[in-house]
Amino acid sequence: MSEAAAYPSTWRRPPAIERPLLRWGLVAGAVLYLVLAVGSLEVNWLRVYEGLERGWRFVAGFLHPNFTDRWEDIAIGMQESLTMTVTSTAVGILLSIPVGIGAARNLAPAPVYYVCRAFIAVARSFQEIIVAILFVAMVGFGPFAGFLTLSFATIGFMGKLLAEDIEDIDEAQAEAIRATGASWLQLINYGIQPQVMPRLIGLSLYRLDINFRESAVVGIVGAGGIGATLNTALDRYEYDSAAAILILIIVIVMIAEYSSSYLRKFLQ
Amino acid sequence: MSDAALPQWRRRTTRAELGRWFGWLALVALFVFCWEIMTQDTIWAFVTDAPTQGADIVGRMLPPRWSYLNALWGPLWDTLNIATLGTLAAIVLGVPVAFLAARNTTPSVTFIRPLALLLIVASRSINAIIWALLLVSILGPGVLAGIIAIALRSIGFVAKLLYEAIEEIDHSQVEAVLATGASPAQVMDYAIVPQILPAFAGISVFRWDINIRESTVLGLVGAGGIGLQLEASLNVLAWPQVSLILVVILATVVVSEWVSARVRHAVI
Repeated sequence: MSEAAAYPSTWRRPPAIERPLLRWGLVAGAVLYLVLAVGSLEVNWLRVYEGLERGWRFVAGFLHPNFTDRWEDIAIGMQESLTMTVTSTAVGILLSIPVGIGAARNLAPAPVYYVCRAFIAVARSFQEIIVAILFVAMVGFGPFAGFLTLSFATIGFMGKLLAEDIEDIDEAQAEAIRATGASWLQLINYGIQPQVMPRLIGLSLYRLDINFRESAVVGIVGAGGIGATLNTALDRYEYDSAAAILILIIVIVMIAEYSSSYLRKFLQ
Repeated sequence: MSDAALPQWRRRTTRAELGRWFGWLALVALFVFCWEIMTQDTIWAFVTDAPTQGADIVGRMLPPRWSYLNALWGPLWDTLNIATLGTLAAIVLGVPVAFLAARNTTPSVTFIRPLALLLIVASRSINAIIWALLLVSILGPGVLAGIIAIALRSIGFVAKLLYEAIEEIDHSQVEAVLATGASPAQVMDYAIVPQILPAFAGISVFRWDINIRESTVLGLVGAGGIGLQLEASLNVLAWPQVSLILVVILATVVVSEWVSARVRHAVI
């Protein structure tokens, strides 16, 4: 009887953080932050209340999207967005290859490595929309500024991932190519390129998808694309046209996602 | 004894080479076509002038107006709050969606799962700044619009990564807990949640890091944070203030990336 009583009949999960002081300290810190953060919110509830009616109109717009009234503007915006996406992805990937090779520790000499890594870090840190503002200031309004922005962002994204891929390759294959007396270019072409190509293609398709989404954003600051049309529609409180544009963006992103996963399976 | 008598090594068959050649030709043709459409309205005089313009802007930006820094602490706090509260809201809303979308926890594979997936795609396709544009037009400018915009964009991200983690859990642990006679809620608590908790923490911190980046620009459309100051400085062409804000944004992004890397390292 006493043996049965000694056997533990309940079990408690061990806490995620062992030290109680640290655990409760973190909880208290989080609560304090939340109180401060929520306390510093300045919300004009009257304005929000008035906005609810507009919110309903937007939801209604989603149920009855209006493609026809602004169709010409939407078509031009879409055309700019799509062409911008294709050209900037192509140019960005082409330029990211030398940058990526330069940023791979096992291929590039130290000075080139640091320059390329610094370039990638800068290109990745700034949001597309900030870069777009600067390019619009430089080359004027229109899709060309958007093209430059997206190319710049693509170089940072692809360059980083490509460099990491090159650093992860199987050295034995590169060594074998080197042993045949291959030049540096032949080493890249026969020793490195076949190993990174499948992932490079996958990433390129993924970036195409991202670039299309971003092309909808850069238009807000005047760099062309569907974002400009959307901005105008919202400025005029034309929620049904805005809903039509958003639905088009969602549908195109869905198509791009499904076809790129299909293409990736086909290519690999 | 000429070389021609020996069979030459080639990587691909003639057919495969031709196929590849036409594939590349089609890509180049698509690129040229898109390029022509995109640049039909480009004013090349502005583009060739861009290096001069760029140098001029950089000249105006330097040195940054350091005294302006004191005006930025408030907006920076707002930016932090937008990102953090937005991420929290996205987690609260995204976790149920993830459980509805995961094949092994959804109540109905044919009915509810596609709905949850559609919600995820819709949320992911629209960039936070576009959500912000929309919400500013509905709710009026302010931090609240920014928080909701960040939340709406992040729901899809959190839910997508989390439902993939849920689908990959080890089923034998679920069976073991079921064998003790546990209720569905207990199975969730003791078998499923502990398995996805590390992934969940990683995803949340990763998204918080991205949201810090995104919330720095939401002010451009009026949704609060440091972007408001950026917009104001751009409108009055106060380039020394713009460069200071860019430096602050860069520093914030670097710090948030460091924090997120440390937390992910500690959790996983």
